[in-house]
Amino acid sequence: MTAHIEARKKLKAYLSIGVLLKGLKIEGCMLIEVRWHGRGGQGAVTAAEILASAAALEGKWVQAFPSFGAERRGAPVQAYTRISEKLILDRSFIYEPDIVVVLDESLLNADRSNVLMGLKPNGKLVVNSSREPHVLANMLRFNGDVAAVDATSIAIEVLGVPIVNTAILGAVARIIDTPRKESIIEVMKKKFPPTVAEKNLKAFTIAYDRTIIGRL
Amino acid sequence: MVELKKWYELPIGCTNIEPGSSLRNLTASWRTFTPVVDKSKCTKCCLCWVFCPEGAIELEEDGSIKINYLYCKGCGICANECPPRAITMKR
Amino acid sequence: MSHRLVLSTNHAVAYAVKSCDVDVIAAYPITPQTTVVEKLSEFVADGELDAEYIAVESEHTALSVVIGASALGARTFTATSSQGLALMHELLFIASTMRLPVVMSIANRSLNMPLNIHCDYQDMMASRDCGWVQIYVSSAQEAHDTIIQAYRLAERSDILVPVAVCYDGFVLSHTYEPVEIREKEEVLRFLPRFKRPNVLDLERPITMGVMALPDYAYEFKFQLIDALTKVPRALEEVDKNFEEEFGVSYGLYEEYKAQDADILLVTLGAIASTAKIAVDKLREEGVKVGLFRPRLYRPIPVDVWKEKLRSAKILAVVDRAISFGAIGGPLFTDIVSVFANESDRPLMMDFIAGIGGRDVTIKELMDIVRMSGKVLQKGRVEKACIYYGVRGVEYE
Repeated sequence: MTAHIEARKKLKAYLSIGVLLKGLKIEGCMLIEVRWHGRGGQGAVTAAEILASAAALEGKWVQAFPSFGAERRGAPVQAYTRISEKLILDRSFIYEPDIVVVLDESLLNADRSNVLMGLKPNGKLVVNSSREPHVLANMLRFNGDVAAVDATSIAIEVLGVPIVNTAILGAVARIIDTPRKESIIEVMKKKFPPTVAEKNLKAFTIAYDRTIIGRL
Repeated sequence: MVELKKWYELPIGCTNIEPGSSLRNLTASWRTFTPVVDKSKCTKCCLCWVFCPEGAIELEEDGSIKINYLYCKGCGICANECPPRAITMKR
Repeated sequence: MSHRLVLSTNHAVAYAVKSCDVDVIAAYPITPQTTVVEKLSEFVADGELDAEYIAVESEHTALSVVIGASALGARTFTATSSQGLALMHELLFIASTMRLPVVMSIANRSLNMPLNIHCDYQDMMASRDCGWVQIYVSSAQEAHDTIIQAYRLAERSDILVPVAVCYDGFVLSHTYEPVEIREKEEVLRFLPRFKRPNVLDLERPITMGVMALPDYAYEFKFQLIDALTKVPRALEEVDKNFEEEFGVSYGLYEEYKAQDADILLVTLGAIASTAKIAVDKLREEGVKVGLFRPRLYRPIPVDVWKEKLRSAKILAVVDRAISFGAIGGPLFTDIVSVFANESDRPLMMDFIAGIGGRDVTIKELMDIVRMSGKVLQKGRVEKACIYYGVRGVEYE
C-alpha cells in the first residue's frame, strides 16, 4: 500500500504541471528542436509525431505539432518536434531549430528562406535528395552537417507512393542521438497496421542505410 | 391571492414535477360565448373533438360529443368547424 | 493502472470521454475540434465505448440532442469550435438553465470574419454569460484530467451545471505530448453513476423546460445563479478527490513565482505555459515578475482572484480575445470588475495578443512585461488596453 502511495507521489512529482512550482528540479536541460518542411500529403506531421513518440518511449518530454495553413495537398507545410529532459512549457513555434528536415527538395528553391530560417550554425540539415551532402551544403551555403537520402525513390520503390515521411525518418535516425533507431521502429510497429508497418519499416531501414552524411 | 413560491421552493431546472397540474387551471371563467350542441343535427363526425385546442370536448360511449364546460374557453373553433352546423355559440 | 501515450489534446480529450463511459455523444465536426469526435466515433465503432454516437447535421442539433439525452439522465458529451459554438448559442442557455450536467470540450478558434481556423478565445468569450462553468487548460494532460473532473463537478447534486473545457485550437488541440491515460476502472471509481432528481421517466412524468412568466422566470434563473456561486468550492473538492485518486491536482488557478512579484502576468491557457519561460528569463535579469493563470474562468472565483492579484503592483493581462467596444479584452474587464469597489488595487493593463492564431512567443511576453514595467515606473496607466502586435499601431 505504501509502495502504491510512493509510486503515486513520484508520478505526481514527475507529471504535475506543478513540477517546477514545487521546486523539484529535473536534472539536465537538453532540448532538441526539429522543424519539418514538407508538402501537404507527404506525412511531415506524422513524421514529427513518430519522432516525438519514440523519444517519449525513452522517457523524454516531447511535443509534436503542425503549423497548418489551409490544408491542401501539395502546399508547403511545417511541423515541429521538441524533445527535452524536462517538461516542455514553450508552446510557440520553433524559430531556431537544431535540426531542419526537408521532405521535398523543391522546397529548397521555392521556400529556401523559410527552410533555413533560424537554423543554428551548429545545427543539422536532413534533405530528401539524390544529391551529395556537400553539394547541398554548398548550394545552401550551410556549414553544418547535412544528411541526404533519396527518400522519394525509396518510397516509390517500397510503398508504391511518394509518401516519404517514414523513409526520411531513416535519415533523421542517422543524425540524431535521441530517440534511438529502435524506439522509432517500435513506434512505427504500433502506429501502423501490420502490413503497412512492414513496408514502412522497410523504407525506413533502407533509407537509414543509404543516408550519406557530409558537410562543406 | 395565491402566495408565490420562493426560488428555493421551486423544482430545479425549469421543471414541473407534478403531472397533470394544469387540470387545476379551470379556464371556464375565460368564456364569453358558450358552445351548445344540437344533438339532432350532430353526425358524430368528431371534427370538433379534433380541432378543440383545449381538449375540452369529450367523446361519449355512443360516439356523440360532450363539452366539458370546466375548461371550454368559448373560442368557437368547434362551431366554426362543425360541417352540419350542430354547434352554435350562445351568450 | 494508468499508461502513458503520446497524444494530441483532442485525442487526450477523446480518451478521457471514453474512460468516463459516456452514454450519448452528438457532435458536428469543425476544425480544429474534428479529431476529438473522429476518435470517439472510432471508439464507438470498434466497440471500445458503449455509447450512442449520434451523427447530426449541425452544432445546433448536436447540443439539442445532448440536451435531450441529458434530460433522460444520460451522461453526455459534445465538442465544438468557433462558428459551431456560435451556432449553439441559444442552446447554451437552455442547457444551463435546465441544469443539465452536459460536458463539452472546445478547441478555441477565432470567429469569422475574416475566415480563420486558428486559435483565439473569441468563440467562448462571446458565450461567457451563458451560465456554463468554463475551465481553461494549458496542456493535453490537464485537458484529459479536466474532462474527468468536469463530469464529477457537473453531476454533483448541489451543482448540476454544464461544463465547458476550453483549450487553444491547434496550439493545444493538435499538439502531441505525453499523456497519462486514466483508466476506466479508476475513473468510474472517482465518477460513480448517480440518479438525478428530475429526469424524464415514463413512470414519473414531469415537464422539463416550462414556460415561466414574469411572476416566476426570475426565480428559476436565480437557481442557476445560486448553483454557480457554489462552483469554486465544489471544484476545489473535486480537485482534491481527484488528487487522492490520481495523484495530480490543478486548483482553481495556477501561479508561478507570483508571491513577491511586482509585475504579474495574467493569462489563460497555452500562453500561460510559454509565459513561465518568459518569467524565468526575466527573473534571471532581476525583474520581479510572476504569472497567474486562472483555470476556472466562469464563475469567477472573485475572492480568490482578489486575494491573489492584489499583492502585485501592476497586472499585465494578456487577452486572447477582443471585446469590441469595451475598455479591454474579456479577461481584463473581468479583473477590473473584481476590483470595482476596492481602493487598494494594482495598476492594470491589457495586452490583446494571439488573435487569429498569431504566435505568442517568449520574446513578446518579455516585451509585454517590460512595457508594463515602464508604466509601473511612471506610476500611472495612460493607455490601459494595448492591441499588441498590430502592424501600424504605435504603442509608446
